[in-house]
Amino acid sequence: MNSVKRKKLIDNLFTYGLVVFCWIAVQALSATGHMTNQINGLLVPICMYVILAVSLNLTVGISGELSLGHAGFMCVGAFSGSFFTKLMAEAIPSLQARFIIALVIGALTAAFFGVIIGIPVLRLRGDYLAIVTLAFGEIIKNVMNVIYVGVDNGMLRIAMEKKANLNLSENGRVIIEGAMGITKTPKASTFTIGIVLVLITLFIVQNLINSRTGRAIMAIRDNRIAAESVGLNITKYKLLAFSVSASLAGMAGVLYSHNLASLAAEKFDYNMSILILVYVVLGGIGNIRGSIISAIVLTLLPELLRGMNNYRMLIYAIVLIIMMIANSAPSAIAARERLLEKFQRKNTKEAA
Amino acid sequence: MNILEVNRLSIAFGGLKAVDNFNIEIKKGQLYGLIGPNGAGKTTVFNLLTGVYKPDAGIIMLDGVNVAGKRTISICQAGIARTFQNIRLFTEMSVLDNVKVGLHNHHRYGIATGLFRLPGYFRAEKEMDERAMELLKVFDMEQYFDYKAANLPYGQQRKLEIARALATEPKLLLLDEPAAGMNPNETTELMEMIRFVRDTFDMTILLIEHDMKLVSGICEALTVLNFGQVLCQGETAEVLNDPEVIKAYLGE
Repeated sequence: MNSVKRKKLIDNLFTYGLVVFCWIAVQALSATGHMTNQINGLLVPICMYVILAVSLNLTVGISGELSLGHAGFMCVGAFSGSFFTKLMAEAIPSLQARFIIALVIGALTAAFFGVIIGIPVLRLRGDYLAIVTLAFGEIIKNVMNVIYVGVDNGMLRIAMEKKANLNLSENGRVIIEGAMGITKTPKASTFTIGIVLVLITLFIVQNLINSRTGRAIMAIRDNRIAAESVGLNITKYKLLAFSVSASLAGMAGVLYSHNLASLAAEKFDYNMSILILVYVVLGGIGNIRGSIISAIVLTLLPELLRGMNNYRMLIYAIVLIIMMIANSAPSAIAARERLLEKFQRKNTKEAA
Repeated sequence: MNILEVNRLSIAFGGLKAVDNFNIEIKKGQLYGLIGPNGAGKTTVFNLLTGVYKPDAGIIMLDGVNVAGKRTISICQAGIARTFQNIRLFTEMSVLDNVKVGLHNHHRYGIATGLFRLPGYFRAEKEMDERAMELLKVFDMEQYFDYKAANLPYGQQRKLEIARALATEPKLLLLDEPAAGMNPNETTELMEMIRFVRDTFDMTILLIEHDMKLVSGICEALTVLNFGQVLCQGETAEVLNDPEVIKAYLGE
């Protein structure tokens, strides 16, 4: 039994190692001057997508619920984090300190939304759940698109539709400006912070999976009725997985919003949710390391192929297909084994 | 002493009285059989006992406490565990983890303890591993501990389901057609195992079964259900010779 445990531990450590290796590789490449500006600009987004993919894998792979609203939680995190950084610009002069608090605030706000959305949504299953999470993601995006928040004389003012509705006094300033979103968020995200956040995400997700809580979540995924019959609180564990996943997405959102000068809600549409789901599916549903690898490869690939112009999308499509076949989801591994077995049986039959 | 006393238990689905005025008394340590033709309401009785359905009327006294109408979770904690007619395992998880899920409510530690790997985590996990292995050993399954549950042979899956149910430390174990899909050899083996479980764990067992060899072989008392009503109740030999039972269920 100890050998099985050790194998699992080594497996987990290998995943952390992979992330640390990426960091070292990037440091080495930039020290020797091999990094182009293009790739440099992609480093923080890659970290963000890795966090998003790993956190969505917690919902889709571990908890077994197909959620299409992940971008919505990211949106909540991005806006609340950026809002805090801008609001506290004078109160807390240190940008690093503000950023760290913003990360926590973004994660907590997204977790809160995860809970209130999860309560109605997790009553549904399968396709219905997917559609409703999709709708919630869109609702969040559309609300953020029309909301105006300003501050004057130490008071927060919230209004819809147009800036004039805020009725700000002269010394007031607008922080969230409807479709324009939040502009001029100071750039605080760096690759190193991104990597640290990826490691924190991995730490939370992997330790959660390999604990009593994670077993309960997976048991509910595998058989709800049996899980209930051995005394598991279905709602509690489903909600827990959903909100942890949402809070990590919120954290990724803060990383995103502090990387760009302007933050607009329309970025967080269902295309973003689908993109993250593609990373999860191609990396292997339920396989954490797979999510990391696919998020890295599929973010880098379009950029690396830029030189090949006409063949770019063709190659991208072929890579998607290959990843689909060769991914390391438990079910994909089983399918490959079956195929191989069939093939071998055929060969031995022919030989005889 | 009676571990389970059920009185006037009833449930109707629309106009159909699936279970009507069901009574049963099971003594501690007894091996009790619930038999009857298909659609008689046997599994519905199990679902009522475990809180999957809420009864329309009646009381279920488990060791002196009324559990009728309570939620599945509280009934599990009160001490009723069950297996299912169509096996329900946590298929993608290992055999050991399946049993450890059964231990969930007996070896607790908080989410933070698990997340930050505090000493309590290692202590509780070690206890759970040991306890789960003990249970697997009882069923002679310890060599399969790292198999995925879905990959076990059918007979082993049945055993694992019983092991998982026992992990919740029940006072009463409900087995829903444990011999379904087994050949005569496997059934004989299962009979010995059920008796062994009763003796080792000092368990009270209520089982639904169609295999008359198993029923007459190990059950000490029987209740026959027909169209949701109790047709006959008593010691196995008496019940099986009752003309009504022969007419309704066994055939002449």
